[in-house]
Amino acid sequence: MPRIGAKMTFLRRRDALLFVLLAVAIALPPYCGTYYTRFATQIAIYGMAALSVDLLLGYGGLITFGQAALFGVGAYAAGMLTVYGLTDALVTWPLAVLVSMLFALAIGALSLRTRGFQFIMVTLAFAQMVYYFAQSLRNWGGDDGFTLPQRDSLGLISLGDHTTFYYVVLALLVLIVLLANRIVRSEFGMVIRGIRDNERRAAAVGFPPYPYKLAIFVIAGGIAGLAGALMANHAKFVSPATMSWQLSGELLAMVILGSANSLIGSIVGAAFFLAFRDVLSDFTEHWMLFFGPLLVARVLLVKDGIWGMLVRATGADKVGAPRVDFPEALEHAADSKPGAAK
Amino acid sequence: MSEFLLEIEHLRKAFGALVATDDVTLAIRKGETHALIGPNGAGKTTLVGQLTGELKPDAGRIVFDGRDITELSTARRARLGLARSFQITSIFDSFTAEGNVALAVQATERHSFRFWQPAERIARLRRPARKLIADVGLSPLGNLIASKMSHGQHRQLELGMALATHPIMLLLDEPMAGLGIEESRAMSKLLASLKRQYTILLIEHDMDAVFSLADRISVLVGGRIVASGTADEIRNHPGVRVAYLGEEDDAGDFRADG
Repeated sequence: MPRIGAKMTFLRRRDALLFVLLAVAIALPPYCGTYYTRFATQIAIYGMAALSVDLLLGYGGLITFGQAALFGVGAYAAGMLTVYGLTDALVTWPLAVLVSMLFALAIGALSLRTRGFQFIMVTLAFAQMVYYFAQSLRNWGGDDGFTLPQRDSLGLISLGDHTTFYYVVLALLVLIVLLANRIVRSEFGMVIRGIRDNERRAAAVGFPPYPYKLAIFVIAGGIAGLAGALMANHAKFVSPATMSWQLSGELLAMVILGSANSLIGSIVGAAFFLAFRDVLSDFTEHWMLFFGPLLVARVLLVKDGIWGMLVRATGADKVGAPRVDFPEALEHAADSKPGAAK
Repeated sequence: MSEFLLEIEHLRKAFGALVATDDVTLAIRKGETHALIGPNGAGKTTLVGQLTGELKPDAGRIVFDGRDITELSTARRARLGLARSFQITSIFDSFTAEGNVALAVQATERHSFRFWQPAERIARLRRPARKLIADVGLSPLGNLIASKMSHGQHRQLELGMALATHPIMLLLDEPMAGLGIEESRAMSKLLASLKRQYTILLIEHDMDAVFSLADRISVLVGGRIVASGTADEIRNHPGVRVAYLGEEDDAGDFRADG
């Protein structure tokens, strides 16, 4: 029976691994107390931001060194609205996303006219501009930033409780993963990957690269903005530090550590990165001294990152390689089309 | 409407002091297979670059299908029906063979800002892709990742991608480059089957293929068209033999059975 066959393909071990991870994430809070619930929230938020970098790096081949600026814009927008008394998350968060997307549109429109190393530097330059602009906002604490009176509420649900907030963040992360997974496999996603593989060829078959690259840049900017809005609510505090180039670099490190071009890998990478920093910074403030070699080892020794290692440990298929999910189902769909009989 | 599909008028392109395209005027008739030959460094690649829009000419214009395309982008030209294959293999490495062609099929749609439906399950892309994979002789390899295919298979795939864009004209930049004897023969056969269906500009070093496929041949030397005519005219053109092959004895190749 083809149905059963399709089901077996669907429940591959990679998906099983995903379900296990998700189950752990859901079961976590009651067992681990406030500190680690907050820590897990942080992982989910940075994981979301790292995922937005993976969309650009892993799927678009765009190495951005300015994603923190869009993360920070989302944080500032959400924080400012909250201070102004707009505390319904259903209003403030979408607005924060929108503002981040507008910034991404402006930054992308200019920086995507360059390529490769130039693109890295131009995104960095724009991020620094946004950073210094935020720093110059005297009414908003300047370099010190500002605090939020409270977290937003989701309709009638108060998000003040750490566990509730954690679940909301987790739900949004799952939603973003599903959405991003849809996007990268869509026709649009194929164009983006095609441009990554070979921009010249993409143009030669008839895809103008620029508008597609700009679109993915804006989408990724919106996701980073949502993560930023969540971070503002999580910490109840916003400062220019959320826009620093260090964070842009850390997001790249998370993606590379976890596995680019896999979406999930960036979240795993974020978890690893934050845990590593958390543990090591108890012993030394020079934790980067240990993290640096780890990152180098990852690049030199492990082809597809921690997520790739995890998946391979379960004996599942390779991460990131394009795969035909339901070749047999496709065959059926194609053949059952009217007039398709040979 | 003129009888010509592609008209190149007084095209000129210089890189510093080197004039790579020197006042080239060339017209290609609808349905014709026109070969462009010339020694290395004659400026063939530069000319192709200007036809596809990757290089901007310094002067002159290019008219395709009655329309001045000199200022159009590469993507716009492709959408008007001017498809190309590359001299050096140019494919989407991480895609399957069929995925490569499916993406080329997708390029014929008005736009690809569709974010929801998984592309691999869209029959209107995959069906024609599968057919084209079969047409170029890659049938059993449709699900192979392109980077794992052989050079000869890449050449076939390139052709499949060019055909997928519903072209009216094919710009084939050395489709036989690097192919073995058997593969060359197969490619030659494949190209012969495309003749008449498409207007073809064939840039090729394989003289057997050129003389058997081309209706007309133009010879490019030092950025200039030194001769243009039928296979016989070119074969017997004294200037061509001197300019193209020098005094070398492999001029014999030129007169060979063809």
